[in-house]
Amino acid sequence: MRYERPDTMQAATALLAGAEAKSFVLAGGTDLLVRMQNDDFEADLIVDIKAISGMAKVTETDDGFVIGAGVPSVALFEDTALVAAWPGVVEAANLIGSTQIQGRCTIVGNLCNASPAADSVPALVAAGAVAQVAGPSGTRDVAVIDIPTGPGKTSLAKGEIIQAILLPKPNARTGDAYLRFIPRTEMDIAVVGVAVNLTLNEDGTVIAARVALGAVGPKVILVDTAAKAVIGSKLEDVVLQALSESCSAACTPINDKRGTVAFRTQVAGVLARRAAQTAYTRAGGK
Amino acid sequence: MSFDATNSSKSFKSVGTRPLRPDGVDKVTGRARYGADFNMPGQLVARVLRSKHAHAKIKSIDTSRAETVKGVKAVVTAADLPDLTDGDPALFAVLDNCMARNKAMYDGHAIAAVAAIDEKAAKAALKLIAVDYEILPHVTDVDAATLPDAPVLNEAIFTQGVEPKSTRPSNIANRTEFGHGDVDVGFSHADSVVERSYKTEQTHQGYIEPHACVANCNPDGTAELWVCTQGHFVYRQVCADLLGIEVSKLRVTSSEIGGGFGGKTHVWTEPVALALSRKANRPVKLVMSRDEVFRASGPTSATSIDVKIGANKDGIITAATATLRYTSGPYADMWAELGAMTSFACYDLENVKTVGLEVIVNRPKVAAYRAPSAPMAAFAVESAIDELAQKIGMNPVDFRIQNVASEGTQSSYGPIYGPIGIGPTLEAAKAHPHMSAPLGKNQGRGMACGFWFNFGGQTCTDLNISADGTVTIAVGTVDVGGSRASLSLIAAEELGLSYDNIKAVVADTSTLGYNDMTDGSRGTFSTSMATISAARNAIEIMRHRAALMWDIPLGDVYWEDGHAHAAGTKHGNLAPLSVKDIAAEAGKTGGPIAGHSELVADGAGVSFATHICDIDVDPETGSSRVVRYTVIQDAGKAVHPSYVEGQYQGGAAQGIGWALNEEYIYGEDGRLQNPGFLDYRIPVCSDLPMIDTQILEIPNPKHPYGVRGVGETSIVPPLAAIANAVSNAVGVRMTHIPVSPPRILAALTDAKD
Ligand SMILES: Cc1cc2nc3c(=O)[nH]c(=O)nc-3n(C[C@H](O)[C@H](O)[C@H](O)COP(=O)(O)OP(=O)(O)OC[C@H]3O[C@@H](n4cnc5c(N)ncnc54)[C@H](O)[C@@H]3O)c2cc1C
Repeated sequence: MRYERPDTMQAATALLAGAEAKSFVLAGGTDLLVRMQNDDFEADLIVDIKAISGMAKVTETDDGFVIGAGVPSVALFEDTALVAAWPGVVEAANLIGSTQIQGRCTIVGNLCNASPAADSVPALVAAGAVAQVAGPSGTRDVAVIDIPTGPGKTSLAKGEIIQAILLPKPNARTGDAYLRFIPRTEMDIAVVGVAVNLTLNEDGTVIAARVALGAVGPKVILVDTAAKAVIGSKLEDVVLQALSESCSAACTPINDKRGTVAFRTQVAGVLARRAAQTAYTRAGGK
Repeated sequence: MSFDATNSSKSFKSVGTRPLRPDGVDKVTGRARYGADFNMPGQLVARVLRSKHAHAKIKSIDTSRAETVKGVKAVVTAADLPDLTDGDPALFAVLDNCMARNKAMYDGHAIAAVAAIDEKAAKAALKLIAVDYEILPHVTDVDAATLPDAPVLNEAIFTQGVEPKSTRPSNIANRTEFGHGDVDVGFSHADSVVERSYKTEQTHQGYIEPHACVANCNPDGTAELWVCTQGHFVYRQVCADLLGIEVSKLRVTSSEIGGGFGGKTHVWTEPVALALSRKANRPVKLVMSRDEVFRASGPTSATSIDVKIGANKDGIITAATATLRYTSGPYADMWAELGAMTSFACYDLENVKTVGLEVIVNRPKVAAYRAPSAPMAAFAVESAIDELAQKIGMNPVDFRIQNVASEGTQSSYGPIYGPIGIGPTLEAAKAHPHMSAPLGKNQGRGMACGFWFNFGGQTCTDLNISADGTVTIAVGTVDVGGSRASLSLIAAEELGLSYDNIKAVVADTSTLGYNDMTDGSRGTFSTSMATISAARNAIEIMRHRAALMWDIPLGDVYWEDGHAHAAGTKHGNLAPLSVKDIAAEAGKTGGPIAGHSELVADGAGVSFATHICDIDVDPETGSSRVVRYTVIQDAGKAVHPSYVEGQYQGGAAQGIGWALNEEYIYGEDGRLQNPGFLDYRIPVCSDLPMIDTQILEIPNPKHPYGVRGVGETSIVPPLAAIANAVSNAVGVRMTHIPVSPPRILAALTDAKD
């Protein structure tokens, strides 16, 4: 197995494009290094992207934020402008693992690992985030929701690397929130995750909404019916009930060691209601 | 020389204080040497090939391609561990579990093993071992295994303990029965009866350190084993028996231990490592991965228990019965029997009957886990007791006090109790501020009692006094919870020295006589007894030496406060001689001074506890948090109170994990779905509140200082205390452990419909 630590993105994509057999990008390594312990793990090439310049930076631009693919979760939390703009995204990234894990893990790694339970992904989808993908023949922008295609699978082609996540500047009176269910208090994998992003008008009526679910299907689910249920409302009880029901209805979970279909479906509705209330308050509602 | 272990009440100087444990700093700084930290020159790395089938006949194993891998020095299968067990079924089960002989009996069962110069070669070789399996139908669930249509897992097993003798093979290996009185008559006098069925899932001890050893077989027939174990003498015996080595030629050294809780009282891979070393003629290191620890080292039983208890309107229990089905893995064992014995041990019952059924399933061989089998029985019984108290309108503490066992009670499993602590722990619980503290919204309080036998057993200790008057004690019970500190306190107390003057070490099997392992909460109980005895023997020698030094008759020398004193006035004004004074002259008065002790520590003294728990349940998600937890337990005499509290808290923490989230989850294919700490959820720090403890001291009459074992009882009540608390919080009786969020939410949803 070969380990490379190139210092340009071109070199990195060229290495991956030229690799003969299995190759992996290494960001924080909190998924990859664990996988490498498995007896049946095989790889010929590991390309560490952390030495590429710009990877470890969060940049605020006129349009929004550019989060480099090497930025660890903890650095998101330390960026006050980002926390103010997208508190839900930051809280999701800071639910990953523990203090030690957060010192290393990245939201891009979380996305590319393509676990249905990845915590930061529903929050990124609700925020309308975009992935900036570098490849041997240049870069392209892809909506975050289109990166994972199923458990452990992404739409990235051979040689492609996500170099940054782009978050827009939120409109006025916008708030987002992420909640997950785990049986313990930390160091656990989401059984259900719900992200809600709301924009209000002056009188507190919801004028835009995005609701995304994690761990209740093979990949993150953007629930349009849930968004429709809350738009035009002030989150009255009946609206919250409708939101809850539309989220439960959108779930396509499986029974597994982490939870049952019934449990996941029911709790998705409960968390959607709670996350919506937090997002509403953060947007300046009530 | 026989040793009088009778308790003599005295006031203590060292015992009862809280000095730092001698192994503490090394453990927190990473210097301590655990099982995997030992290395030898030329050592090979071993890996084990394990079955991915729950139940399969092994038609053939071809290791020829594996043997040709560069760097591979030995490959072993069951053929390299010939059956020397001589008709001993328990030993045969150990052998078959170490390396499957004819059939793979569970997902993870060892099939073959490789020793190679490095991990990579070993792994490559494993992939080239060709095993031809014939897949057989499997059963993993305790109840399903007892149904008529279940596959029979071992045609040679006929239910024992039934009349008439059973004629058809069965997955129920054994039936045992305990009790007294006439339960039918008892129930006819009951005004209220609670009858329910309960289930508990299989849990693992969850020790952080995986099984690890280095084995070295020499050409001259001697061998050495460095291993993480709770009982190196027992490992020596079992390994010697299985490999055909003379016991004294196998030297076993125990490492520091990163948790065992019963799981390291049984051998798993050690005989395999020895067989590999014998074949390769090189030292072999074998460290299990976490996946292997879960799949192939002993979990506790999964259970299914039916309980029926009746009481009259005055709150007297008139009859109680329980039928307990415990899985034992693929081999017959006695886990249900222990459950049947412990079920009703806290109570004074006129009519009681318990039946234990040992159930064979395609899961790993069950191992001891802290008070083995008692927590599940206590869960079922204490749940029913709580429900019955509610039914007859009595407070659950008062109802228990009304029926509690005390000195002179005939226990449900036979013996008549001596002085015991269950009544006092209940009275203490009743008076505890926790019991009357207000509860918040969505919170519930539960309580439960627990019992464990405790054990004494064979013990051998050496106490050596050095020339400078400091003392080494060499003990043969592995220190799993601070016993080196406790035993040093004991030696200091007896000799009148300070704690700092004593160094306690765990000796290897070639330098000390046989010791039973550290199980049954026996470590401090039995070894303190042997240490006291050894110290008294050393004192006797020091009296002789003082008499020689003073040149006066022995009868005129007495020992007090760590000094030899000349009796009376006829020898003038002789200053007392300290241990240091006497030790300094040892070379001139007869040589080194030592005290030895070999004994069977009888009279361990049964142990009881009462726990109180407050839990907060989110009724919309089934999520729960323990918000307050109190352990009240009898210690006899707390030698080192901090480490007694540590045992109380540790047992409670493990019990809480078991009660709330821990469980072995098997797929339809009979494979374990969660062999790792990510999905086998033991509590993390932030899941638990600080666990309060209250130590009661009801002296054990059969220990010189009144000590009782304290290590295990603390895991017995939590399953029931948590289930009672959750049931009280949500208003629905929870009958299936763990009471995980999906189970709580499903119960609430069912109750609404
Ligand atoms: C103890 C522990 C607890 C955890 N808890 C959680 C949790 O609570 N919630 C959660 O969601 N996850 C959790 N995880 C999983 C993991 O920490 C996260 O998924 C993390 O975000 C992964 O980021 P990373 O940078 O470490 O990824 P890496 O391990 O470096 O990479 C993950 C995968 O993505 C690929 N990859 C990485 N970067 C790129 C890139 N720029 N372009 C293309 N492909 C890329 C890698 O090749 C690899 O396949 C936990 C892991 C551990 C060990």
